[in-house]
Amino acid sequence: MKYIDQYRRRFLGTASAAFTGLSIAPGILLQTVHAKAVDEAVTSQYRWGLLIDTNLCDPGCTDCVEACHQENGIREIHGPETDAQWIRKVTLKHKKTEHILNMPVMCQHCAEPPCVDVCPTGASFKRADGIVLVDKHICIGCRYCMMACPYKARSFIHEKLSDQLPHAPRGKGTVEACTLCVHRIDRGENTTACTQACPNGAMTFGDLKDPQSQISKKLAEHGGRELRAKLKLDTGVRYQGISS
Amino acid sequence: MSSPRYQTLTSSPAFLASLIIGFVVLGIAAIGAFNMEHEGHYITGMSNQVVWGMPHVLAIFLIVSASGALNIASIASVFNKDFYKPLARLSAVVAIALLVGGLAVILLDLGRPDRLLIAMTHYNFRSIFAWNIILYTGFIGLAGVYLWTMLDWQMEQFKRAAGIAAFSWRLILTAGTGSIFGVLVAREAYQIAIMGPMFIVLSLGYGQAFYMIVIGLFMDNKQLSEVSKRLSRLMGVMIMCGLAVSVIYHLSNWFLFDARQFELYLLNSETIFPILLWGIHPVIGCILPIWLLRSGSGLADSQKLTLSGILVIIGGISQFYALVIGGQSFPMPLVEGYSATSSFFDGAIVSYTPSLWELMLGSGGFAIALLLIVFCLRLFRLLPVSK
Repeated sequence: MKYIDQYRRRFLGTASAAFTGLSIAPGILLQTVHAKAVDEAVTSQYRWGLLIDTNLCDPGCTDCVEACHQENGIREIHGPETDAQWIRKVTLKHKKTEHILNMPVMCQHCAEPPCVDVCPTGASFKRADGIVLVDKHICIGCRYCMMACPYKARSFIHEKLSDQLPHAPRGKGTVEACTLCVHRIDRGENTTACTQACPNGAMTFGDLKDPQSQISKKLAEHGGRELRAKLKLDTGVRYQGISS
Repeated sequence: MSSPRYQTLTSSPAFLASLIIGFVVLGIAAIGAFNMEHEGHYITGMSNQVVWGMPHVLAIFLIVSASGALNIASIASVFNKDFYKPLARLSAVVAIALLVGGLAVILLDLGRPDRLLIAMTHYNFRSIFAWNIILYTGFIGLAGVYLWTMLDWQMEQFKRAAGIAAFSWRLILTAGTGSIFGVLVAREAYQIAIMGPMFIVLSLGYGQAFYMIVIGLFMDNKQLSEVSKRLSRLMGVMIMCGLAVSVIYHLSNWFLFDARQFELYLLNSETIFPILLWGIHPVIGCILPIWLLRSGSGLADSQKLTLSGILVIIGGISQFYALVIGGQSFPMPLVEGYSATSSFFDGAIVSYTPSLWELMLGSGGFAIALLLIVFCLRLFRLLPVSK
């Protein structure tokens, strides 16, 4: 009986310690990781953006495109007319000097996005941190946002899809575009798949609101041009090396 | 003209033929719609470049025509013209039927038509598209009430008020439909403010064209002979107004520097658009029907009205095709001063050929409108009896 009491006390003590440890551990661990909690609201403290230096972008290189496709589970299906392209390599030729430039073009994550204005259900939306996304649950597939986008940045899913990735839900009959690798940002990673894949460092990702961020410093030093700036959309993606 | 008398449609050959054609085309449209939704839009001619195709051309044409079809009733009630009063009931029915037909096509072309409930419960009030959903359902309701005041003598006192409300609503609705394109600042084809007023003017002729086909098919010859001349004259005016506003649209584009290249593409390129805009719309859709209505060329009134109505509709669809497809297939500028090329057709003129599935779906809008009109003609006293 005496031994039973001792065993019981020892068991209860160990169990209490284990229970207390398990209860406290997640709180302690969360403080050491900078990821945003799932239920934590996105704030306007940040504005995420990209800076692309066209001088560093190689003509034949499509590493950014391939990395984006791999990251988000995008595959070639029925041809370039109907396949989704979240990012594409564009070759520009100056009409007078014939100078040639190369650059990736994707959703420009506008501060005043026309796609958000025209979407009848509110499926197209802009997060507080400037990332423009599509809520796949309420997108009805009207494609009005594609008509409104000045950059042809959006794709419509023309066929059934399978094997989608958990962090990049996609579905037939809805519209999608570059998410600025929002799943990475929400995990606390300060980069995108395309930025990481660029062998020349032509792409810089960062917080446009932080004057100490690399992107802000580069913009302050050499400036950055918006595509179709006349539309005054205040894009989150800027380009360097494009002369007038 | 006091207390006109009305009758329902009898089981005439035209009635039976309309029923058969209506149901057959509706069945074909159902097959097209089901296949498009089941397989996905890759089986259509639409792509990530031309995102709105033939179903949208036909649906927008039907919706614009719907508001114009109410014109006859508006002239009677709002502008108090006795001549048009016996024709007013049918005008409201044609308007509702065309709108329902057009909306059905738009709905079935959605990527997710099963989410209709979402479209009706989630509104982004900054979107002109969302406002149009309210305008369309409101128009069906108002035109329905207006029809009720015309059908029920106890509601007679509210007829004028309902007529004015429906007329005002239709003006806003058509301007709203035009503004769906007018707010698209990204595209050179659509960024001018004339889109709203242009759609209002175009709607008058196109709506009346449908109305003339309906009375040409179902009204008796004696009654037709009483109304044919005046309706023909009104149609001629409407067609000319539509042509004039179309010319103003193209001239406006031409004199705005940014859209001059686009106008050259529409009016002088090796595409189908110059044929549509120089040939089919003005010649087949405007001059030929006016000549037909004026000269008669030995045809009976019913044949004249029906045939000229069909020609106006062919011209109208051509015009809308050039506007909707042409506007998307012309490349958008990416960087000023540079030409662009890419795997996503930047800087390229994109080709579009409507698939059979799209044509099948689009024809369903016309079938729905026809069947609704025929059912209403059979159920309600809409056709005026000759004096």
